[in-house]
Amino acid sequence: MNKVVSSVQEAVADIHDGAVIAVPGFFTCGVPRALLWALVEKGVKNLTLTCGCGPLVGASDISQALVQNGQLKKVIDSYGLFRSASKGLQDPFEQAVRAGTIELEVSPMGTLAERYRAAAAGIPAFYTPTGVGSVVEEMVVTNIDANRQQKETRVFGEAKYILEYALKPDFALIHAFIGDTEGNLSYNKTALNFNHVMATAAKVTIAEVEKIVEPGVLKPGDVRTPSVYVHRVVHAERPKFAITID
Amino acid sequence: MSEATKKVKVRFEGLPREMIALRVSREIPEGSYVNLGIGIPTLISNWIEGRDIVLQAELGMLKTGPLVEGDEADQDLINASCQAICSLQGSSFFDIVESFTMIRGGHIDIAVMGALQINARGDYAGWANPSRGLLVGNIGGSMDLCAGARKLFIAMEHTTKDGETKVVNELTYPETTKGKVSLIFTDLAVMEVTTKGLLLREVAPGLTAENIQSVTEPKLIISPQLKEIEF
Repeated sequence: MNKVVSSVQEAVADIHDGAVIAVPGFFTCGVPRALLWALVEKGVKNLTLTCGCGPLVGASDISQALVQNGQLKKVIDSYGLFRSASKGLQDPFEQAVRAGTIELEVSPMGTLAERYRAAAAGIPAFYTPTGVGSVVEEMVVTNIDANRQQKETRVFGEAKYILEYALKPDFALIHAFIGDTEGNLSYNKTALNFNHVMATAAKVTIAEVEKIVEPGVLKPGDVRTPSVYVHRVVHAERPKFAITID
Repeated sequence: MSEATKKVKVRFEGLPREMIALRVSREIPEGSYVNLGIGIPTLISNWIEGRDIVLQAELGMLKTGPLVEGDEADQDLINASCQAICSLQGSSFFDIVESFTMIRGGHIDIAVMGALQINARGDYAGWANPSRGLLVGNIGGSMDLCAGARKLFIAMEHTTKDGETKVVNELTYPETTKGKVSLIFTDLAVMEVTTKGLLLREVAPGLTAENIQSVTEPKLIISPQLKEIEF
């Protein structure tokens, strides 16, 4: 099964207006920058980006382009804003959140990770202790009033737990280090972060890889994301970028 | 509590941030697996070299190494504060689900976090500053660490830049967690959360229990063994 496509433009060709797209990366690390730029170029609108920990803070150049093109409807993340309040005021994404033209839904990072895992594993919802004792226990945390739905809780033993739901994106844009032509992926160091679980959660998974190899080059024991989860593989050069969120 | 009593009149010369971190490091036993939050907690990593303590970074790494700069920096190898680091003998990388299995599942011995406010019951606020004028903020991994780490320490400045105390009777900022903090390390004092209230155990050199009380809203219990912070 050969899943290689020849360009990032071809890789994102079927991403449509209104799509829900998983974007991995921990700040600057492991972000699918080439696929995201292809999304900017394509200009699809009304997008919901579901993140894990600040890829739009880490890749703020791409975030600005998406906001300025009017492509974003909503972002789900655990860390969606600049740490510095003064820098945040200059940021087009935060300005749009303040104006209410883009929704920002905030969730604990581990809860987000588990919501993707649940979607991947066919589990509709789960109970977690994370967020008990905070507003996360009471409602969905978002800048849009109408979407602040209440949450269910339940006591197991002595402790309270929050019901959280699976999160199944339409597409996942993945950054891997090596991919073989059949779609097996391996990652480099901490660039793994949210990439694997998002690849397993989405309906369609598109991977940009720094190196494409023939089947067999990646040893079976070195495959981190098995090919069954991956629908397209595209080679993308890896530019140098600054390791900073300041 | 009126605004007048909330405002701290006097500012005391306390420990620099690095020394708060050093004091916290003394409270971490050998053989511990530890997660450090952004801010003063991150500085603790400078004080544990040569000790048998393993740091976990929630993006997916155990046994994080020291910071690296320049040509040594690898854009695929960072800590949870987005700083370039190196790996060590015995380091491991893993995905985010594995990382939060460690955190939420009770496998991390100690988490050290920063805070905007804390009270005598061990509740703290750290994820959203209302003065920013937003109903959303950055939660990151903080609430997962509160839920799952066996012990939770807070390392912070005792007062804000504007001189307001951060040790309050009731939180006015949004809570990160309730009742989980056991020890509080500030530039002025070390305090323990007990069922009877905040126990003042140590004070910064040159300060008295009365000095600490004057910049602390809850009534402090003074330890019979009260001493200067030792390093």
